[in-house]
Amino acid sequence: MAWRALRRVGPVLAPRCPRLPRLPLPPREPAARRLGTSSLLLAARKFTDKHEWISVENGIGTVGISNFAQEALGDVVYCSLPEVGTKLSKHDEFGALESVKAASELYSPLSGEVTEINAALADNPGLVNKSCYKDGWLIKMTVANPAELDELMTEDAYEKYIKSIED
Amino acid sequence: MLRAGCRAALPRRPPGSEGLKQTPLDALHRARGGRMVPFAGWTLPLHYGQGHLQSHLHTRRHCSLFDVSHMLQTLVYGRDRVRFMESLVVGDIAELKPGQGTLTLLTNERGGIMDDLIVTNTSEDHLYVVSNAACADKDLAILRDRAAQLQATGSDVHLEVSDNALLALQGPSMARVLQAGLSDDLAKLSFMNSITTTVFGVPGCRVTRCGYTGEDGVEISVPAARAVELAEQLLGVPDVWLAGLAARDSLRLEAGLCLYGNDIDETVTPAEAGLMWTLGKRRRVAMDFPGAAVIMAQVKEKPRRRRVGLTSVGPAIRPHMAILGPEGRPVGTVTSGCPSPCLGKNIAMGYVEAAHSRAGTELTVEVRKKQHPAVITKMPFVPTQYYMAK
Repeated sequence: MAWRALRRVGPVLAPRCPRLPRLPLPPREPAARRLGTSSLLLAARKFTDKHEWISVENGIGTVGISNFAQEALGDVVYCSLPEVGTKLSKHDEFGALESVKAASELYSPLSGEVTEINAALADNPGLVNKSCYKDGWLIKMTVANPAELDELMTEDAYEKYIKSIED
Repeated sequence: MLRAGCRAALPRRPPGSEGLKQTPLDALHRARGGRMVPFAGWTLPLHYGQGHLQSHLHTRRHCSLFDVSHMLQTLVYGRDRVRFMESLVVGDIAELKPGQGTLTLLTNERGGIMDDLIVTNTSEDHLYVVSNAACADKDLAILRDRAAQLQATGSDVHLEVSDNALLALQGPSMARVLQAGLSDDLAKLSFMNSITTTVFGVPGCRVTRCGYTGEDGVEISVPAARAVELAEQLLGVPDVWLAGLAARDSLRLEAGLCLYGNDIDETVTPAEAGLMWTLGKRRRVAMDFPGAAVIMAQVKEKPRRRRVGLTSVGPAIRPHMAILGPEGRPVGTVTSGCPSPCLGKNIAMGYVEAAHSRAGTELTVEVRKKQHPAVITKMPFVPTQYYMAK
Protein backbone atom coordinates (compact mmCIF):
# COMPACT_ATOMS: atom_id res chain seq x y z
CA MET A 1 0.00 0.00 0.00
CA ALA A 2 2.60 2.44 1.18
CA TRP A 3 4.86 1.57 -1.76
CA ARG A 4 2.07 2.22 -4.20
CA ALA A 5 1.15 5.44 -2.46
CA LEU A 6 4.77 6.58 -2.72
CA ARG A 7 4.81 5.84 -6.44
CA ARG A 8 1.71 7.88 -7.00
CA VAL A 9 2.98 10.72 -4.82
CA GLY A 10 6.27 10.78 -6.78
CA PRO A 11 5.33 13.07 -9.65
CA VAL A 12 3.72 15.50 -7.18
CA LEU A 13 7.17 16.76 -6.12
CA ALA A 14 8.20 18.81 -9.11
CA PRO A 15 12.01 19.14 -9.30
CA ARG A 16 11.77 22.83 -10.22
CA CYS A 17 9.72 23.91 -7.24
CA PRO A 18 12.20 25.69 -4.98
CA ARG A 19 10.64 24.87 -1.62
CA LEU A 20 10.11 21.10 -1.66
CA PRO A 21 12.99 18.69 -1.04
CA ARG A 22 13.79 15.94 -3.51
CA LEU A 23 13.03 12.61 -1.87
CA PRO A 24 14.71 9.45 -3.15
CA LEU A 25 11.91 7.80 -5.14
CA PRO A 26 11.48 4.46 -6.84
CA PRO A 27 11.59 4.59 -10.65
CA ARG A 28 8.25 5.80 -11.98
CA GLU A 29 6.05 4.06 -14.44
CA PRO A 30 4.46 6.30 -17.00
CA ALA A 31 1.39 7.70 -15.27
CA ALA A 32 -0.96 6.71 -18.08
CA ARG A 33 -0.34 3.03 -17.52
CA ARG A 34 -1.16 3.21 -13.80
CA LEU A 35 -4.42 5.06 -14.26
CA GLY A 36 -7.53 3.87 -15.89
CA THR A 37 -9.96 6.61 -16.83
CA SER A 38 -12.11 5.49 -13.94
CA SER A 39 -9.34 5.80 -11.34
CA LEU A 40 -9.76 9.15 -9.65
CA LEU A 41 -8.64 8.10 -6.20
CA LEU A 42 -5.27 9.85 -6.32
CA ALA A 43 -4.07 10.84 -9.75
CA ALA A 44 -0.65 12.16 -10.68
CA ARG A 45 -0.40 15.86 -11.33
CA LYS A 46 -1.11 16.67 -14.98
CA PHE A 47 -0.28 19.84 -16.88
CA THR A 48 -1.80 21.96 -19.61
CA ASP A 49 0.14 23.74 -22.34
CA LYS A 50 -0.98 26.97 -20.67
CA HIS A 51 0.94 26.03 -17.53
CA GLU A 52 -1.91 25.11 -15.23
CA TRP A 53 -1.70 21.86 -13.27
CA ILE A 54 -4.47 19.70 -11.91
CA SER A 55 -4.29 16.93 -9.35
CA VAL A 56 -7.38 14.80 -8.77
CA GLU A 57 -8.19 13.11 -5.46
CA ASN A 58 -11.47 11.34 -4.73
CA GLY A 59 -13.09 12.89 -7.76
CA ILE A 60 -12.09 16.47 -6.89
CA GLY A 61 -9.40 18.24 -8.92
CA THR A 62 -7.13 20.85 -7.35
CA VAL A 63 -5.87 23.41 -9.86
CA GLY A 64 -2.85 25.71 -9.77
CA ILE A 65 -0.12 27.16 -11.97
CA SER A 66 3.29 25.64 -12.54
CA ASN A 67 6.61 26.89 -11.20
CA PHE A 68 7.55 27.93 -14.73
CA ALA A 69 4.41 30.08 -14.86
CA GLN A 70 4.84 31.71 -11.45
CA GLU A 71 8.44 32.62 -12.27
CA ALA A 72 7.45 34.17 -15.58
CA LEU A 73 4.55 36.07 -14.03
CA GLY A 74 6.48 37.65 -11.17
CA ASP A 75 5.10 38.61 -7.77
CA VAL A 76 1.35 37.95 -7.78
CA VAL A 77 -0.57 40.81 -6.17
CA TYR A 78 -4.18 39.90 -6.95
CA CYS A 79 -6.13 36.77 -7.88
CA SER A 80 -9.40 36.93 -9.83
CA LEU A 81 -11.13 33.62 -9.18
CA PRO A 82 -14.61 32.33 -10.11
CA GLU A 83 -17.47 31.80 -7.71
CA VAL A 84 -18.18 28.41 -6.20
CA GLY A 85 -20.72 26.67 -8.37
CA THR A 86 -19.37 28.05 -11.66
CA LYS A 87 -19.57 25.43 -14.38
CA LEU A 88 -16.48 25.29 -16.55
CA SER A 89 -15.73 23.53 -19.81
CA LYS A 90 -12.18 22.48 -20.59
CA HIS A 91 -10.24 25.53 -21.91
CA ASP A 92 -12.72 28.05 -20.43
CA GLU A 93 -11.13 31.16 -18.97
CA PHE A 94 -11.90 30.99 -15.24
CA GLY A 95 -9.95 33.92 -13.86
CA ALA A 96 -6.66 35.78 -13.89
CA LEU A 97 -3.56 36.38 -11.82
CA GLU A 98 -2.20 39.90 -11.62
CA SER A 99 1.44 40.71 -11.07
CA VAL A 100 2.59 44.33 -10.98
CA LYS A 101 3.69 44.12 -14.57
CA ALA A 102 0.94 42.04 -16.25
CA ALA A 103 -2.24 40.01 -15.91
CA SER A 104 -2.35 36.36 -16.96
CA GLU A 105 -5.64 34.62 -17.72
CA LEU A 106 -6.30 31.18 -16.26
CA TYR A 107 -7.81 28.40 -18.37
CA SER A 108 -9.65 25.38 -17.01
CA PRO A 109 -7.74 22.11 -17.54
CA LEU A 110 -10.93 20.05 -17.42
CA SER A 111 -14.71 20.34 -17.51
CA GLY A 112 -16.40 20.46 -14.13
CA GLU A 113 -17.91 22.63 -11.42
CA VAL A 114 -15.98 24.85 -9.02
CA THR A 115 -16.35 23.50 -5.47
CA GLU A 116 -13.89 25.67 -3.58
CA ILE A 117 -11.56 28.61 -4.08
CA ASN A 118 -8.41 29.24 -2.05
CA ALA A 119 -9.51 31.91 0.43
CA ALA A 120 -5.92 32.39 1.67
CA LEU A 121 -5.04 34.12 -1.61
CA ALA A 122 -7.19 37.17 -0.91
CA ASP A 123 -4.83 38.38 1.82
CA ASN A 124 -1.75 36.52 0.65
CA PRO A 125 -1.61 36.35 -3.16
CA GLY A 126 2.15 35.77 -2.95
CA LEU A 127 1.42 32.16 -1.95
CA VAL A 128 1.08 31.47 -5.66
CA ASN A 129 4.78 32.30 -6.05
CA LYS A 130 6.04 30.83 -2.78
CA SER A 131 4.14 27.55 -2.97
CA CYS A 132 2.65 27.08 -6.43
CA TYR A 133 2.04 23.34 -5.99
CA LYS A 134 0.77 23.38 -2.42
CA ASP A 135 -0.47 26.41 -0.46
CA GLY A 136 -0.84 28.48 -3.64
CA TRP A 137 -3.56 26.27 -5.17
CA LEU A 138 -6.28 28.28 -6.92
CA ILE A 139 -9.54 26.32 -7.20
CA LYS A 140 -10.98 22.89 -6.61
CA MET A 141 -13.46 21.44 -9.08
CA THR A 142 -15.43 18.30 -9.89
CA VAL A 143 -14.28 16.21 -12.86
CA ALA A 144 -17.21 15.93 -15.24
CA ASN A 145 -15.33 13.93 -17.86
CA PRO A 146 -12.39 11.87 -16.51
CA ALA A 147 -11.25 11.04 -20.06
CA GLU A 148 -10.12 14.66 -20.39
CA LEU A 149 -7.36 13.91 -17.85
CA ASP A 150 -5.67 11.65 -20.38
CA GLU A 151 -5.37 14.57 -22.81
CA LEU A 152 -3.16 16.50 -20.38
CA MET A 153 0.63 16.24 -20.13
CA THR A 154 2.41 14.19 -17.52
CA GLU A 155 5.06 15.97 -15.54
CA ASP A 156 7.82 14.54 -17.74
CA ALA A 157 6.05 15.64 -20.89
CA TYR A 158 5.50 19.08 -19.39
CA GLU A 159 9.20 19.40 -18.51
CA LYS A 160 10.07 18.60 -22.12
CA TYR A 161 7.45 21.08 -23.31
CA ILE A 162 8.95 23.88 -21.19
CA LYS A 163 12.42 23.16 -22.54
CA SER A 164 11.13 23.36 -26.08
CA ILE A 165 9.53 26.76 -25.61
CA GLU A 166 12.35 28.25 -23.58
CA ASP A 167 14.71 28.17 -26.57
CA MET B 1 36.08 64.46 -27.74
CA LEU B 2 35.74 64.27 -31.49
CA ARG B 3 33.56 66.71 -33.34
CA ALA B 4 32.78 64.42 -36.26
CA GLY B 5 29.09 64.21 -37.12
CA CYS B 6 29.67 60.85 -38.75
CA ARG B 7 30.30 59.19 -35.38
CA ALA B 8 26.61 59.43 -34.66
CA ALA B 9 25.93 57.24 -37.69
CA LEU B 10 27.68 54.23 -36.22
CA PRO B 11 25.81 51.83 -33.93
CA ARG B 12 26.52 52.86 -30.37
CA ARG B 13 27.42 49.38 -29.18
CA PRO B 14 28.38 46.14 -30.86
CA PRO B 15 25.17 44.14 -31.13
CA GLY B 16 24.58 40.99 -29.10
CA SER B 17 23.89 37.70 -30.81
CA GLU B 18 20.23 38.64 -31.36
CA GLY B 19 21.16 41.99 -32.90
CA LEU B 20 20.33 43.80 -29.68
CA LYS B 21 22.64 46.48 -28.36
CA GLN B 22 24.40 45.94 -25.03
CA THR B 23 25.18 48.58 -22.45
CA PRO B 24 28.63 48.72 -20.80
CA LEU B 25 27.05 47.00 -17.76
CA ASP B 26 25.72 43.98 -19.64
CA ALA B 27 28.06 41.44 -18.03
CA LEU B 28 27.46 42.96 -14.59
CA HIS B 29 23.68 42.57 -14.97
CA ARG B 30 24.00 38.94 -15.96
CA ALA B 31 26.50 38.17 -13.20
CA ARG B 32 24.12 39.65 -10.63
CA GLY B 33 21.07 37.68 -11.70
CA GLY B 34 19.50 40.17 -14.08
CA ARG B 35 16.65 38.71 -16.11
CA MET B 36 17.48 40.18 -19.52
CA VAL B 37 14.78 41.24 -21.97
CA PRO B 38 14.77 43.15 -25.27
CA PHE B 39 13.73 46.79 -25.00
CA ALA B 40 13.90 49.46 -27.70
CA GLY B 41 16.63 47.55 -29.52
CA TRP B 42 18.70 46.92 -26.38
CA THR B 43 19.08 43.98 -24.02
CA LEU B 44 18.34 45.19 -20.50
CA PRO B 45 17.51 43.72 -17.09
CA LEU B 46 13.83 43.49 -16.25
CA HIS B 47 14.51 42.66 -12.62
CA TYR B 48 17.00 40.79 -10.44
CA GLY B 49 16.76 38.06 -7.79
CA GLN B 50 14.71 40.02 -5.27
CA GLY B 51 11.88 40.45 -7.74
CA HIS B 52 9.89 43.43 -8.91
CA LEU B 53 7.91 44.27 -5.77
CA GLN B 54 10.87 44.27 -3.37
CA SER B 55 12.95 46.27 -5.82
CA HIS B 56 10.24 48.91 -6.16
CA LEU B 57 9.78 49.25 -2.40
CA HIS B 58 13.53 49.31 -1.80
CA THR B 59 13.81 52.32 -4.10
CA ARG B 60 11.29 54.28 -2.06
CA ARG B 61 12.82 53.28 1.28
CA HIS B 62 16.54 53.20 0.47
CA CYS B 63 18.12 53.55 -2.95
CA SER B 64 18.31 51.70 -6.27
CA LEU B 65 20.75 51.80 -9.17
CA PHE B 66 19.30 51.64 -12.70
CA ASP B 67 21.29 51.24 -15.91
CA VAL B 68 19.63 53.70 -18.28
CA SER B 69 22.45 53.76 -20.83
CA HIS B 70 19.97 52.91 -23.56
CA MET B 71 18.66 56.47 -23.51
CA LEU B 72 20.04 58.81 -26.17
CA GLN B 73 22.54 61.37 -24.87
CA THR B 74 23.31 64.14 -27.34
CA LEU B 75 25.65 67.12 -26.94
CA VAL B 76 24.86 70.27 -28.89
CA TYR B 77 27.81 72.62 -29.54
CA GLY B 78 28.07 75.96 -31.30
CA ARG B 79 27.21 79.59 -30.85
CA ASP B 80 23.69 79.01 -32.21
CA ARG B 81 22.92 75.94 -30.15
CA VAL B 82 20.10 77.59 -28.15
CA ARG B 83 18.39 78.93 -31.26
CA PHE B 84 18.77 75.49 -32.80
CA MET B 85 17.20 73.78 -29.78
CA GLU B 86 14.36 76.27 -29.45
CA SER B 87 13.42 75.70 -33.09
CA LEU B 88 12.51 72.13 -32.14
CA VAL B 89 11.17 72.22 -28.56
CA VAL B 90 8.54 74.16 -26.63
CA GLY B 91 10.64 75.30 -23.65
CA ASP B 92 12.46 78.53 -22.74
CA ILE B 93 15.98 77.19 -23.32
CA ALA B 94 17.63 80.64 -23.44
CA GLU B 95 16.53 81.34 -19.86
CA LEU B 96 18.21 78.24 -18.41
CA LYS B 97 20.94 79.25 -15.97
CA PRO B 98 24.36 77.57 -16.29
CA GLY B 99 23.92 74.04 -14.96
CA GLN B 100 20.14 74.18 -15.14
CA GLY B 101 18.02 71.75 -17.11
CA THR B 102 14.36 71.35 -17.93
CA LEU B 103 11.93 68.70 -19.14
CA THR B 104 10.67 69.77 -22.55
CA LEU B 105 8.88 68.39 -25.60
CA LEU B 106 9.80 67.97 -29.26
CA THR B 107 6.65 68.82 -31.20
CA ASN B 108 5.58 68.54 -34.84
CA GLU B 109 3.64 70.90 -37.10
CA ARG B 110 0.33 69.34 -35.99
CA GLY B 111 1.12 70.06 -32.35
CA GLY B 112 1.78 66.40 -31.61
CA ILE B 113 4.49 65.32 -29.17
CA MET B 114 7.46 63.67 -30.91
CA ASP B 115 9.34 62.93 -27.68
CA ASP B 116 9.81 64.18 -24.15
CA LEU B 117 13.39 64.97 -23.20
CA ILE B 118 15.60 66.83 -20.75
CA VAL B 119 17.70 69.72 -22.07
CA THR B 120 20.44 71.06 -19.79
CA ASN B 121 22.37 74.28 -20.28
CA THR B 122 25.77 73.05 -19.13
CA SER B 123 28.32 75.45 -17.70
CA GLU B 124 30.61 74.19 -20.44
CA ASP B 125 30.07 75.10 -24.05
CA HIS B 126 27.23 72.80 -24.93
CA LEU B 127 23.64 71.73 -24.30
CA TYR B 128 23.24 68.23 -22.88
CA VAL B 129 20.15 66.44 -24.15
CA VAL B 130 18.73 63.13 -22.88
CA SER B 131 15.85 61.56 -24.82
CA ASN B 132 14.03 58.24 -25.05
CA ALA B 133 15.70 55.12 -26.40
CA ALA B 134 12.58 54.16 -28.34
CA CYS B 135 12.77 57.50 -30.17
CA ALA B 136 16.53 57.53 -30.71
CA ASP B 137 16.51 57.13 -34.49
CA LYS B 138 13.62 59.55 -34.88
CA ASP B 139 15.17 62.16 -32.58
CA LEU B 140 18.59 61.95 -34.22
CA ALA B 141 17.03 62.43 -37.64
CA ILE B 142 15.12 65.50 -36.42
CA LEU B 143 18.19 66.97 -34.73
CA ARG B 144 20.52 66.26 -37.66
CA ASP B 145 18.12 67.60 -40.29
CA ARG B 146 17.62 70.84 -38.42
CA ALA B 147 21.36 71.18 -37.76
CA ALA B 148 22.07 70.70 -41.48
CA GLN B 149 19.42 73.31 -42.36
CA LEU B 150 20.94 75.86 -39.99
CA GLN B 151 24.51 75.09 -41.04
CA ALA B 152 23.49 75.67 -44.67
CA THR B 153 22.51 79.23 -43.76
CA GLY B 154 25.77 79.84 -41.91
CA SER B 155 24.73 79.00 -38.34
CA ASP B 156 27.22 77.50 -35.92
CA VAL B 157 25.82 74.27 -34.48
CA HIS B 158 27.31 70.76 -34.18
CA LEU B 159 25.92 67.56 -32.70
CA GLU B 160 27.70 64.73 -30.98
CA VAL B 161 26.17 61.53 -29.67
CA SER B 162 27.71 60.57 -26.35
CA ASP B 163 29.01 57.05 -25.82
CA ASN B 164 28.80 57.40 -22.05
CA ALA B 165 26.92 55.00 -19.88
CA LEU B 166 24.07 56.54 -17.87
CA LEU B 167 23.42 55.34 -14.32
CA ALA B 168 20.41 56.47 -12.30
CA LEU B 169 20.72 56.38 -8.52
CA GLN B 170 17.31 57.00 -6.97
CA GLY B 171 15.88 57.02 -3.45
CA PRO B 172 16.07 58.75 -0.06
CA SER B 173 19.56 57.31 0.66
CA MET B 174 20.99 58.56 -2.63
CA ALA B 175 22.47 61.78 -1.20
CA ARG B 176 24.24 59.97 1.63
CA VAL B 177 25.54 57.24 -0.68
CA LEU B 178 26.74 59.60 -3.39
CA GLN B 179 28.21 62.29 -1.11
CA ALA B 180 30.79 59.78 0.08
CA GLY B 181 32.21 59.75 -3.46
CA LEU B 182 31.96 63.48 -4.26
CA SER B 183 33.96 66.49 -3.22
CA ASP B 184 31.12 68.77 -4.34
CA ASP B 185 28.45 69.51 -1.75
CA LEU B 186 25.29 67.73 -2.86
CA ALA B 187 23.25 69.96 -0.56
CA LYS B 188 23.89 72.75 -3.06
CA LEU B 189 22.68 70.78 -6.08
CA SER B 190 18.95 71.30 -6.65
CA PHE B 191 16.50 69.23 -8.66
CA MET B 192 17.12 69.64 -12.42
CA ASN B 193 20.63 70.98 -11.96
CA SER B 194 23.81 69.42 -13.25
CA ILE B 195 27.57 69.45 -12.62
CA THR B 196 30.60 67.78 -14.16
CA THR B 197 32.83 66.22 -11.55
CA THR B 198 34.74 63.17 -10.29
CA VAL B 199 32.57 60.47 -8.77
CA PHE B 200 34.23 57.76 -6.65
CA GLY B 201 37.51 58.43 -8.42
CA VAL B 202 36.07 58.46 -11.95
CA PRO B 203 36.65 61.88 -13.56
CA GLY B 204 34.54 63.50 -16.25
CA CYS B 205 31.14 62.38 -14.93
CA ARG B 206 28.06 64.56 -15.41
CA VAL B 207 25.79 64.35 -12.36
CA THR B 208 22.25 65.68 -12.86
CA ARG B 209 19.76 65.76 -10.03
CA CYS B 210 16.78 64.27 -11.84
CA GLY B 211 15.17 60.94 -12.51
CA TYR B 212 12.13 58.91 -13.40
CA THR B 213 10.99 57.64 -10.01
CA GLY B 214 9.67 60.67 -8.12
CA GLU B 215 12.39 60.17 -5.50
CA ASP B 216 15.39 62.38 -4.83
CA GLY B 217 17.87 60.98 -7.33
CA VAL B 218 20.62 61.61 -9.82
CA GLU B 219 21.54 60.44 -13.29
CA ILE B 220 25.28 60.01 -13.75
CA SER B 221 26.69 60.14 -17.26
CA VAL B 222 29.98 58.23 -16.97
CA PRO B 223 32.64 57.34 -19.57
CA ALA B 224 31.81 53.85 -20.82
CA ALA B 225 35.24 52.42 -19.98
CA ARG B 226 34.76 53.16 -16.28
CA ALA B 227 31.03 52.57 -15.93
CA VAL B 228 31.37 49.11 -14.39
CA GLU B 229 33.92 50.42 -11.90
CA LEU B 230 31.55 53.20 -10.80
CA ALA B 231 28.55 50.85 -10.63
CA GLU B 232 30.50 48.43 -8.47
CA GLN B 233 31.57 51.23 -6.13
CA LEU B 234 27.93 52.24 -5.70
CA LEU B 235 26.78 48.65 -5.29
CA GLY B 236 29.44 48.19 -2.61
CA VAL B 237 27.18 50.21 -0.29
CA PRO B 238 24.70 47.69 1.22
CA ASP B 239 21.85 50.17 0.92
CA VAL B 240 22.11 50.18 -2.86
CA TRP B 241 20.31 47.50 -4.88
CA LEU B 242 20.23 47.09 -8.64
CA ALA B 243 16.81 47.72 -10.17
CA GLY B 244 15.50 47.00 -13.67
CA LEU B 245 12.86 48.02 -16.19
CA ALA B 246 9.97 46.52 -14.23
CA ALA B 247 10.53 48.65 -11.13
CA ARG B 248 11.35 51.65 -13.33
CA ASP B 249 7.88 51.50 -14.84
CA SER B 250 5.88 51.02 -11.63
CA LEU B 251 7.88 53.77 -9.89
CA ARG B 252 7.35 56.34 -12.64
CA LEU B 253 3.62 55.61 -12.79
CA GLU B 254 3.26 56.16 -9.03
CA ALA B 255 5.10 59.47 -9.60
CA GLY B 256 2.63 60.48 -12.31
CA LEU B 257 5.33 60.57 -15.03
CA CYS B 258 4.41 59.87 -18.65
CA LEU B 259 5.86 57.03 -20.68
CA TYR B 260 6.39 58.07 -24.30
CA GLY B 261 4.59 55.67 -26.58
CA ASN B 262 1.93 54.94 -23.96
CA ASP B 263 0.78 58.18 -22.32
CA ILE B 264 2.08 60.62 -24.90
CA ASP B 265 2.77 60.24 -28.61
CA GLU B 266 2.47 62.07 -31.90
CA THR B 267 -1.35 61.96 -31.76
CA VAL B 268 -1.48 63.93 -28.52
CA THR B 269 -0.81 67.65 -27.92
CA PRO B 270 0.75 69.12 -24.77
CA ALA B 271 -2.64 70.68 -23.98
CA GLU B 272 -4.43 67.31 -24.01
CA ALA B 273 -1.56 65.70 -22.12
CA GLY B 274 -1.63 68.24 -19.31
CA LEU B 275 1.97 69.20 -20.09
CA MET B 276 1.43 72.89 -20.79
CA TRP B 277 3.80 73.68 -17.94
CA THR B 278 6.67 72.64 -20.26
CA LEU B 279 5.83 75.54 -22.58
CA GLY B 280 8.00 78.54 -21.88
CA LYS B 281 6.29 81.85 -21.00
CA ARG B 282 8.16 83.62 -23.75
CA ARG B 283 7.52 80.82 -26.25
CA ARG B 284 3.74 80.90 -25.75
CA VAL B 285 3.67 84.54 -26.72
CA ALA B 286 6.18 84.22 -29.55
CA MET B 287 4.46 81.05 -30.86
CA ASP B 288 7.83 80.07 -32.34
CA PHE B 289 7.79 76.31 -31.84
CA PRO B 290 6.43 73.56 -34.12
CA GLY B 291 2.63 73.24 -33.88
CA ALA B 292 2.26 76.47 -31.88
CA ALA B 293 -0.95 77.54 -33.65
CA VAL B 294 -2.68 74.20 -33.01
CA ILE B 295 -1.54 73.96 -29.41
CA MET B 296 -2.38 77.53 -28.40
CA ALA B 297 -5.79 77.28 -30.08
CA GLN B 298 -6.51 74.20 -27.98
CA VAL B 299 -5.45 76.02 -24.83
CA LYS B 300 -7.87 78.82 -25.67
CA GLU B 301 -10.85 76.57 -26.47
CA LYS B 302 -9.94 73.93 -23.88
CA PRO B 303 -8.88 70.50 -25.14
CA ARG B 304 -11.67 68.04 -25.84
CA ARG B 305 -9.93 65.21 -24.03
CA ARG B 306 -7.50 65.26 -21.11
CA ARG B 307 -4.93 62.96 -19.55
CA VAL B 308 -6.03 61.88 -16.08
CA GLY B 309 -5.02 59.60 -13.26
CA LEU B 310 -7.31 56.79 -12.06
CA THR B 311 -7.38 54.59 -9.01
CA SER B 312 -9.37 51.43 -8.36
CA VAL B 313 -9.41 48.21 -6.33
CA GLY B 314 -9.81 44.66 -7.58
CA PRO B 315 -8.25 43.57 -10.87
CA ALA B 316 -5.69 46.03 -12.23
CA ILE B 317 -6.42 48.61 -14.90
CA ARG B 318 -4.13 48.07 -17.88
CA PRO B 319 -3.37 49.87 -21.17
CA HIS B 320 -6.05 49.88 -23.89
CA MET B 321 -8.93 49.13 -21.49
CA ALA B 322 -12.06 51.20 -22.14
CA ILE B 323 -13.11 53.88 -19.65
CA LEU B 324 -16.88 54.23 -19.41
CA GLY B 325 -18.94 57.21 -18.32
CA PRO B 326 -22.12 57.45 -16.26
CA GLU B 327 -24.39 55.93 -18.94
CA GLY B 328 -21.94 53.14 -19.65
CA ARG B 329 -20.79 54.90 -22.83
CA PRO B 330 -17.04 54.82 -23.62
CA VAL B 331 -15.54 58.20 -22.70
CA GLY B 332 -11.87 57.31 -22.82
CA THR B 333 -9.02 54.79 -22.89
CA VAL B 334 -6.36 53.68 -20.43
CA THR B 335 -2.75 54.32 -21.56
CA SER B 336 -0.79 53.00 -18.56
CA GLY B 337 -1.73 51.03 -15.47
CA CYS B 338 -0.54 48.67 -12.78
CA PRO B 339 -1.13 47.69 -9.16
CA SER B 340 0.71 50.27 -7.03
CA PRO B 341 3.17 48.52 -4.71
CA CYS B 342 3.15 51.49 -2.32
CA LEU B 343 -0.57 52.18 -2.22
CA GLY B 344 -1.96 48.65 -2.32
CA LYS B 345 -4.51 49.65 -4.95
CA ASN B 346 -4.51 50.04 -8.72
CA ILE B 347 -3.30 53.19 -10.46
CA ALA B 348 -3.57 54.16 -14.09
CA MET B 349 -3.29 56.98 -16.61
CA GLY B 350 -5.59 57.51 -19.53
CA TYR B 351 -7.43 60.07 -21.62
CA VAL B 352 -11.08 60.93 -21.04
CA GLU B 353 -13.51 63.41 -22.54
CA ALA B 354 -12.97 66.78 -20.86
CA ALA B 355 -16.48 66.81 -19.35
CA HIS B 356 -15.63 63.74 -17.25
CA SER B 357 -12.06 64.66 -16.33
CA ARG B 358 -12.37 66.40 -12.99
CA ALA B 359 -10.66 64.83 -9.95
CA GLY B 360 -13.16 62.79 -7.95
CA THR B 361 -15.28 61.83 -10.97
CA GLU B 362 -16.46 58.23 -10.67
CA LEU B 363 -16.23 56.20 -13.84
CA THR B 364 -15.93 52.52 -14.65
CA VAL B 365 -13.21 50.62 -16.47
CA GLU B 366 -13.84 47.45 -18.48
CA VAL B 367 -11.47 44.74 -17.22
CA ARG B 368 -11.80 41.41 -19.05
CA LYS B 369 -15.42 42.06 -19.98
CA LYS B 370 -16.49 43.14 -16.46
CA GLN B 371 -16.96 46.75 -15.37
CA HIS B 372 -15.16 47.94 -12.26
CA PRO B 373 -15.47 51.35 -10.60
CA ALA B 374 -12.54 53.75 -10.85
CA VAL B 375 -12.05 57.31 -9.59
CA ILE B 376 -10.22 60.14 -11.32
CA THR B 377 -7.31 60.95 -9.07
CA LYS B 378 -4.77 63.77 -9.04
CA MET B 379 -1.19 62.80 -9.76
CA PRO B 380 1.37 62.06 -8.49
CA PHE B 381 -0.24 59.08 -6.78
CA VAL B 382 2.69 58.87 -4.35
CA PRO B 383 4.14 62.24 -3.18
CA THR B 384 7.38 63.18 -4.90
CA GLN B 385 10.59 63.99 -3.02
CA TYR B 386 12.45 66.34 -5.32
CA TYR B 387 15.27 68.19 -3.56
CA MET B 388 15.60 72.00 -3.51
CA ALA B 389 18.72 73.56 -2.04
CA LYS B 390 17.97 76.18 0.62
